[in-house]
Amino acid sequence: MSGYAGTGTLVRLALRRDRVLIPVCLLGFIALAGGSARSTVALYPDPTQAVAAARAAALSPAIVGMYGPIAAPDNPDSIGAFKTLVLGGLFLAIFAFAIVRRHTRTEEDAGRTELVGAGVVGRRAPLTAAVLIAAATVLITSLGSSLSMAGAGLGLAGSLAFGVAWAGIGLSFVGVTAVAAQLTETTRGCAAVALGTLGATYLLRAVGDTTSGAGWLTWLSPIGWAEKVEVYGANRVLVFLLPLVVTVGLVAVAFALLQRRDLGSGLVAARPGPATAAASLRSPLALAWRLQRGLLVGWAIGFAVLGLVLGAVAGSVSAFVDSPEIADMLAKLGGNAPSLGDTFISTELHFMAVAAAAYGISAALRLTSEEADLHTEQVLATPASRRAHLGAHAVIALGGSALLMLVMGTGVAVGAAGEYGGLGGALGHLLPAALAPVPAVWVCVGLALVVYGALPKVVVVAWALLAGFLAVGEFGPLFGLPTVVVDLSPFSHGAMVPGGAVPGAPLAALALLAAALVLAAGVTFRRRDLVSG
Amino acid sequence: MSFAIEVHDLHKSFGSSVALDGLDLEVETGEVHAFLGPNGSGKSTTIRILLGLMRADSGTVTLLSGDPWADVESLHRRLAYVPGDVKLWPNLSGGEVIDLLGRLRGGLNASKRGNLVERFELDPTKKGHTYSKGNRQKVALVAALSCDVDLLVLDEPTSGLDPLMEGIFRQAIQAVRADGRTVLLSSHILSEVEALADRLSIIRSGRNVETGSLADLRHLTRTTVDAVLTNPPVLQEISALDGVADARLDGDRLRCSVETTHLGDLLAHLGPHGIRSLTSQPPSLEELFMEQYRHSSPATTPRPVGVRA
Repeated sequence: MSGYAGTGTLVRLALRRDRVLIPVCLLGFIALAGGSARSTVALYPDPTQAVAAARAAALSPAIVGMYGPIAAPDNPDSIGAFKTLVLGGLFLAIFAFAIVRRHTRTEEDAGRTELVGAGVVGRRAPLTAAVLIAAATVLITSLGSSLSMAGAGLGLAGSLAFGVAWAGIGLSFVGVTAVAAQLTETTRGCAAVALGTLGATYLLRAVGDTTSGAGWLTWLSPIGWAEKVEVYGANRVLVFLLPLVVTVGLVAVAFALLQRRDLGSGLVAARPGPATAAASLRSPLALAWRLQRGLLVGWAIGFAVLGLVLGAVAGSVSAFVDSPEIADMLAKLGGNAPSLGDTFISTELHFMAVAAAAYGISAALRLTSEEADLHTEQVLATPASRRAHLGAHAVIALGGSALLMLVMGTGVAVGAAGEYGGLGGALGHLLPAALAPVPAVWVCVGLALVVYGALPKVVVVAWALLAGFLAVGEFGPLFGLPTVVVDLSPFSHGAMVPGGAVPGAPLAALALLAAALVLAAGVTFRRRDLVSG
Repeated sequence: MSFAIEVHDLHKSFGSSVALDGLDLEVETGEVHAFLGPNGSGKSTTIRILLGLMRADSGTVTLLSGDPWADVESLHRRLAYVPGDVKLWPNLSGGEVIDLLGRLRGGLNASKRGNLVERFELDPTKKGHTYSKGNRQKVALVAALSCDVDLLVLDEPTSGLDPLMEGIFRQAIQAVRADGRTVLLSSHILSEVEALADRLSIIRSGRNVETGSLADLRHLTRTTVDAVLTNPPVLQEISALDGVADARLDGDRLRCSVETTHLGDLLAHLGPHGIRSLTSQPPSLEELFMEQYRHSSPATTPRPVGVRA
């Protein structure tokens, strides 16, 4: 089969471009797997305690829905892999997606594939190179994580099975992204298809794991297959054949699609648009909304579905089992509330607030891609002021992230309405708790805007800050970090449990800080040169 | 004489690389002023400073009697800009971009818009990412030309247009000039400059090297002279004359180049030697630009971007 000429060169080019990104992320995953194993085990110095907690967790649909089932509660090691298998696997899938997309659709969208394709480079070479690099990265990450977990003191066989389970998730999404890159014409469209698939597979297994009679759903999800390996239990590594076959199949489909389409196009052709603009498209805010509404609607649908599922699960938590181990486990995972259902919801809301902040940062940093794509230059060559331009995207990011928490709170309330004596009661009980993290989310968005305003070339700092806040919040208590450090995260302030008192002062302080950050962003942006290309 | 653009002693550096090194530029109100220079000579940087997208390190810039950095909003109501590299939003149609940019500028002339879309044969329903380079430029041109503004700033606006569309563009610019509006036109297309420009400025390595009308510039350059003489002079004698260069004697045939201001002196000197035939060739436009572009001193020659030492 021809068409692969130049693959080696493209692999070297990609490795040159990713010489920082891949090693840093790869080491991050390995450290996360080992560190999480070590710290979770350290929570339970007595193995019998760990077994009890694992048994309790395995019985709780709330925990299983979030983190997946514990394959072998009797093996204390299994709790060490519990937090990372599904959630870590989810992030590994995003990593695999990012690598594949970066070297396929992104390159094509930017016109660089055309430049390269005119040389002695086969038609199949760019996709081949991207798949090879992503697959190799997934395999090295998985093996490294196995070793770091074994190094943390967990059993070697189970640790290797964990690596196999992770590799299955990662490889599957190498395949999914390879196909998604052929289907749509734009980088964003590719993300929508691939990440939408990822979200669906996560939900499929959550429903399959927690609903009796629907267990087969788990077998439809690549993340479910990782659970079926039963790490630190049966260690059924042969399950890996499923993702392997699916990956090979998806990559073959991607190549078949590639043969059928023209360079630069997708299978889903762009539809013509209107010949004139709607009367409303006349301001920087209208433009920002037009550019960002698709992303926000997508996130809002995701939040609504997750909210409903979490609410339904929360409703069954307290009725399920009133075990002190679960209560203890939930308390250690975060939150502290009178009822088990409230504790669960509080934990999930905390987690979803970080997700809403991720949305807010990505919406705010749309400013960066607008500037790099030379769109900002055209807008600012009109009477539109820099303040209006930055403010427009800030409004979308701040309003959108608050809207997401509102949607989440409403979804949870609808799902758990029965538990709180009807929808009205549930909304009254849950919405304040869902909205309480919004000022902290706004601080994250404000930081992203300031970074954009002052240091447009290193906006990745905004993501690093969020990752830092997440790490401090998730692992700070586990590692016993000093309060001063934990308090650096805005999410450590103003948290409230459902039905609790509204912590007015900290929330007002966070909101003021966010407002100051947005103003600072406007000032710094007003003073700098535009980055040109 | 009023000036739409006045730039004096403009400096701008990016780190250690000097983009503008004392640039002067004067554009009179109501003229089409061509802005020329080799790649990387600082044209786009100058335009970005004029638009308030970048701030100069030093020097004075006056645009439509205002300060382009401080008075951004009021000035931008009176100008329209076509970037050299037109990037459209991938999911907005061409028609939407034209309307959006026009409305952001404070409204566009609907009849002009319809007329221009038709003349440029632009399909306004296509999505941004499906247009070719030339069609993206047409979108930006229609958006700019549909606005009744005092000043058009065009950065290589026709580099992707076919000759037919180039012709439409020239008509449109002539109409703008007929309205008494001002155009700053950065271009590499010499025939376009010759057809449209009232005056031009040539910059090199971030400084102005020449400004004037084409006739002025021609006057400043050399004319080639090719003469057959009955009684050829000594070569050194000719070479020693003021303004004469590249003199060669080939039997009875003398070829040399002479600064246009010294042409008369040369001919007076050759007269006694018996001129049997004489051709004198004014410089072509290409030669004129080559001459202006080429003579950069080695110290200020910008190094090609992306080439490692």
